[in-house]
Amino acid sequence: MERKYFLGLVTVLVVAALLAACGPKATPCPECPPCPEAGECPTPEPCPKCPEVPAAAAAGERLDIIKERGKIICGVNAELPGFGYLNPQGEFEGFDVDFCKALAAAVFGDPNAVEYRPLTAAERLPALQTGEIDVLIRNTTWTLTRDAENDLNWAAVNFYDGQGMMVRKDSGFKTLEDMEGATICVTTGTTTEMNLADTFRALGIDYTPLLFEKTQDTSAAYEEGRCDGQTSDKSQLAALRSAMANPEDHVILDVTMSKEPLGPLTAHGADEWNDVVRWVVWGMIQAEESGVTSENVDEMLKSEDPTIQRLLGVSGEMGTSLGIPDDFMVQVLKAVGNYGEVYERWLGPDGLDIPRGPNELWTNGGLMYPMAFR
Amino acid sequence: MTTTAEKPPATEVGVLGWLKKNLFSTWYDALLTIGSLAFIYWVLRGVIEWALVKATFSTEPGICKKARAAAAAAGETAGACWSVVITNIKVFMIGRYPGEEVWRIWASLGIVAVLAALTWWVWRAEAMREKRRWVVIGWLLSFPVITILLRGFSEESRVLPLVPTDLWSGLLLTFVLAIVGIVASFPLGVLLALGRRSTLPALKVFCTMYIELIRGVPLISVLFMSQLLLPIFLPPQMRLGTVLRALVGMTLFSAAYSAENVRGGLAAIPIGQYEAAKAVGLNDVLMMALIILPQAIQKVIPAIVGQFISLFKDTSLVVIIGLLDLLGVAKAVTGQTEYIGLQKEVYLFAALIYFICSYAMSYSSRRLEVAMGVGER
Repeated sequence: MERKYFLGLVTVLVVAALLAACGPKATPCPECPPCPEAGECPTPEPCPKCPEVPAAAAAGERLDIIKERGKIICGVNAELPGFGYLNPQGEFEGFDVDFCKALAAAVFGDPNAVEYRPLTAAERLPALQTGEIDVLIRNTTWTLTRDAENDLNWAAVNFYDGQGMMVRKDSGFKTLEDMEGATICVTTGTTTEMNLADTFRALGIDYTPLLFEKTQDTSAAYEEGRCDGQTSDKSQLAALRSAMANPEDHVILDVTMSKEPLGPLTAHGADEWNDVVRWVVWGMIQAEESGVTSENVDEMLKSEDPTIQRLLGVSGEMGTSLGIPDDFMVQVLKAVGNYGEVYERWLGPDGLDIPRGPNELWTNGGLMYPMAFR
Repeated sequence: MTTTAEKPPATEVGVLGWLKKNLFSTWYDALLTIGSLAFIYWVLRGVIEWALVKATFSTEPGICKKARAAAAAAGETAGACWSVVITNIKVFMIGRYPGEEVWRIWASLGIVAVLAALTWWVWRAEAMREKRRWVVIGWLLSFPVITILLRGFSEESRVLPLVPTDLWSGLLLTFVLAIVGIVASFPLGVLLALGRRSTLPALKVFCTMYIELIRGVPLISVLFMSQLLLPIFLPPQMRLGTVLRALVGMTLFSAAYSAENVRGGLAAIPIGQYEAAKAVGLNDVLMMALIILPQAIQKVIPAIVGQFISLFKDTSLVVIIGLLDLLGVAKAVTGQTEYIGLQKEVYLFAALIYFICSYAMSYSSRRLEVAMGVGER
């Protein structure tokens, strides 16, 4: 008896292994042109071999692929405070995640039509190049080398990060010029250290750097009071401050020592889709500029202001020319709100508490300048 | 005449007896015991104080920051704040799996529990021998049933709506990766081991090359290749889920190691067994299935279980390819504004879960060895 079912077991295992070995079946290549019919062609040629379609080329109709699929695949960071992480309900949330939701709302009218792909720094660019994801919104700095060498296009900037300076509130420092002779904690071996030296030399201020290997050590030394200030990217400073015993005792100065423009990006060849991404971001900034929020959007539909009328799709066919519904900004605003509301939710005083600085509207002296909505 | 059995003195039995016999039997034993306890306390004091004495267990919002501020005001170091683990326990266990579908995970666990109980019950009694095959069939059937239960049919399905694999995360994903990896890689490994010992040159060369190639590269590079290269080879319309891709990578990797373990067992079978099997008229397939493999596999159970334990822990490498397994969600919850900087707590909790699971596996392997009489012949 024992023997019999052992044999049965072995047979099942072998069959399972064979099935596993068979693997996925190749799907027919849709780009393959139809064969000329035998009657028409004097010498019926064999069907031309399907050309290998690289993913980047197939992305030409990325917007159509997205519409057909019914959801956006959004590459995000899963562990960056304020920008992308899991909440206790097991859902992604954060500043960058809200932009994924905004895109889904714009294309489908449903902020939940998103498939999130948590990505590490190493695989984020390949994931975009291979067509794994539609858009990468994962605190990726817009640099020349990345832009030129990786077949990628940035769509817009949704957050101007940059090196900042954190000091104790009671120190009285308001600007870098006040910090004459100060000791500053900095992580060694990074561009941060170099930027600090450059900035202070340019301002002609003396300072003593205190160097550490690891960011955590840098922060701990600053908290213990061994330095007057700590420098790093502002988003990181804000996260480090949240981990301190008394976060409210520390303040991030409104100065920026380096350029770290972060924004959503798409693959080369997905130009229509890239347009949608950038105009959704700019639409959110325009909405803040025009004073349209998630709360007053329904009233604003009756507004006489031509910019607001075009923004909300009351007049003009802004959405149609992008290939999405005309009321896309209404959906975006109802789903996540305008740029200011999103900023306030995650990076405002109740969130990470990063001063808006360059992320203010251009009308308030910042860099957030949406292109003309007409 | 009746003799009343006197109870042994309290100092000779029970806890006290054990203590006296093992820890305090002589004066220098007592001294050593006390000395060791003091030393252990001295070493672990910091950890115990941090993890238990000064720790915060309340889940009130903002309690961690309050505790930290209070400790800083008193000039002490703050203790652990376990509320990050307590609040996020669901995220640790099932991650992004939709909340209203949790019953499906419970149902799957129920199936496994019932099968485990049946196995224990049927295997214990010799009279139940006849029923054993049904239990084996039950285990085999449970695999597709649980897969369907967890994944569902399609999005429109009202009974079991689709839960795409990219939502599988947390401890659930760790288990899925480990169990599928183990179950799928073992038969593949057996086939590879047989292939490597085959007399057919092409088969032998292929299996040897496969095994040596896979064993020559680290798992992380296999995982990266499965994530980044697989989509390039497949047509753009065909999207394999990331979980599936990781599974393919882990299975192929683990199969090479299983193969070498099984080959070790095969090499230990004396030639007489083969000759005897032939002599009674068995063909090659039956000889392998009935005589050689059962003995070979029995010999290498400890090695195979050791490999499975290491595969279980290796699942944590999928963090690097962006999958949210137990370690991945542990990292992800420390992004919550309220719990920034509580890495120690979440990593310790994750380590505890890994330890419990690995220890359970090694314990059951020891039981299995005893039951099968490994090392007694």
